[in-house]
Amino acid sequence: MMNWPSVDRINWGWFLLAVGIFALLPLVFDTHTATLLIIWALFALSLGIMWGFAGLLSFGHAAYFGLGAYTYAVAVINIGESTLPFLLSLLVPAIVAAIIGGMAFYGRISDVYLGVITLVVTLILFKFMSATAGDIYKIGSARLGGFNGMPGFHTLNVPGYPDISLWGWPTYYISASSLLLSYLVCRWILARTFGRVLIGIRENEERCELLGYNVAAYKTGIFSVSAAMAGLAGCLFANWAEIVTPSVFSLGQAVEVLIWVIVGGLGTLIGPILGAMALGYVKLLLGEQTVIDNSLILGALLIAVVLGLPNGVVPAIRRIWNAARLKLRRRVSEGSTRRTLNASSQVNR
Amino acid sequence: MSGVLETHDLTMRFGGVVAVNNVNFSLQESELRCLIGPNGAGKSTFFKCLLGQYRMNHENGRVLIRGNDVTGWNTFEIVRLGIGVKTQVPSVMNGLTVQENLWLSSRRIHGWHGASGAVAEVARELQIEDLLRRTVGELSHGQRQVVEIGIVLVQRPWLLLLDEPAAGMTGDEVERLIGIIRRINQTASIIIVDHDMEFVRMLGSTVTVFHQGSILVEGPAEQVLNDPAVREVYIGNRAE
Ligand SMILES: Nc1ncnc2c1ncn2[C@@H]1O[C@H](COP(=O)(O)OP(=O)(O)OP(=O)(O)O)[C@@H](O)[C@H]1O
Ligand SMILES: [Mg+2]
Repeated sequence: MMNWPSVDRINWGWFLLAVGIFALLPLVFDTHTATLLIIWALFALSLGIMWGFAGLLSFGHAAYFGLGAYTYAVAVINIGESTLPFLLSLLVPAIVAAIIGGMAFYGRISDVYLGVITLVVTLILFKFMSATAGDIYKIGSARLGGFNGMPGFHTLNVPGYPDISLWGWPTYYISASSLLLSYLVCRWILARTFGRVLIGIRENEERCELLGYNVAAYKTGIFSVSAAMAGLAGCLFANWAEIVTPSVFSLGQAVEVLIWVIVGGLGTLIGPILGAMALGYVKLLLGEQTVIDNSLILGALLIAVVLGLPNGVVPAIRRIWNAARLKLRRRVSEGSTRRTLNASSQVNR
Repeated sequence: MSGVLETHDLTMRFGGVVAVNNVNFSLQESELRCLIGPNGAGKSTFFKCLLGQYRMNHENGRVLIRGNDVTGWNTFEIVRLGIGVKTQVPSVMNGLTVQENLWLSSRRIHGWHGASGAVAEVARELQIEDLLRRTVGELSHGQRQVVEIGIVLVQRPWLLLLDEPAAGMTGDEVERLIGIIRRINQTASIIIVDHDMEFVRMLGSTVTVFHQGSILVEGPAEQVLNDPAVREVYIGNRAE
């Protein structure tokens, strides 16, 4: 068995626990809120795998989230049945990312510029979509609607049955399954050569090139996968909100996801998921008060975490957990040696 | 018959600095060659040109590797011909374990199933089995050099470019390294860049001296190391 400790093997016990929690959560928690938190978690996961494992920072990952949302809305208005629009909402962001990423990586543009380029793309999309109020901005029969966005499209339906709409708690379960499945896909990627090479690239790009790996292809690949995942989150968001507006491309959205990932823990998959859910929930709670500005509190939280736990919350917890387990094991094994010593002295006697 | 490696009028400029200047170099099958020269002579840049790490076109001259004109190729494509590279500053994946470093290298050549076996073999060869689980970033400079050599060897290249492989190694490590180099050299061609005259003398190969981007002299080790012009270049440089 190949030993590759820096990528944790999946712990199915924890995974099944998570499945159970997601399955039962609607009993105790409002599904509408839970769905939104899950969508944010999926969005954060999509950035987390590419940033934390391949070392690629996209400041403007909101572009792919937003593209997923708009693609779904435009396609479902034109097509009516939701299966193809759903798939397109993954495919379109993936292709756009492959083109942008491909140009950047094959053109040997440094990773810092990639971050800037993606941010610029997001801002352009925001500006453009905000300016599409006129009647000429139509794709097929779908009007983009400018700043007011696109309301009133069909939400997801049972595949093949456009009349059986899945809204409400089904949206919750679709989102939860999407998150869990995406998590498994990420784990699977990291357990394959593809993921390991990505980690190698994060550690030392020149070395991977000198080992004969086509670094540009690997980076383009993960960028594209990550964008598809962000697009999926965007599609689910569109279904949750039942409207798509240019705010999906907003700077706030783009920055927030970065904070979720950093606070949760870069270089883990659980970190971004929990970071997004926790901070997202805090944001929703804060949204109901007007005493202090929300971004101020989020900013303070970010600074506190970056200073106190530079690797993020999840890696810190994991370290404490591992240390505690080690101590426990040592104590247990000490106890058992003492016992065997006693036993052997008795035999000697 | 053409050699393993040939350059024709290879030139590399950085602004006003001509780091490599019209170099015509050739290496034969199974040859061991030492490349020496004072700091800034252009040795490392020469390697990077061979490997396409600087963008090359035919205005920079030509690089032929086993008959392939690789000028303008991507680095990974050139490496895939069967070249192993050790850079001057150890280029390893510091956050990963020794095992993981070696595996990533091994995987490309030996496949998913053969990778681990080849890693174990190289680790035995280099006597670094007890380091396999250590994180590379925690190792000493000399140990990291050995790990990088392992990364290179596990791909079983037929041409090795080693930039100062002995730097930071203890006497024992250097001796072991020389043994390893001799053994690889039975099946592969090797170019070694080094400053250490004693090391070069021990290898006893043909020596090429770089000076200001050009080849100053080329010949057997003893002859070159005693050449007054070479001494001049080195001592003149030291005195600065
Ligand atoms: N990327 C670069 N940009 C600008 N100048 C460079 C670059 N790389 C090297 N040089 C210059 O090219 C010349 C040759 O440098 P190079 O590193 O090849 O020398 P070297 O023979 O390897 O020296 P050393 O023995 O110190 O390793 C030096 O003058 C150096 O300053
Ligand atoms: Mg050098």
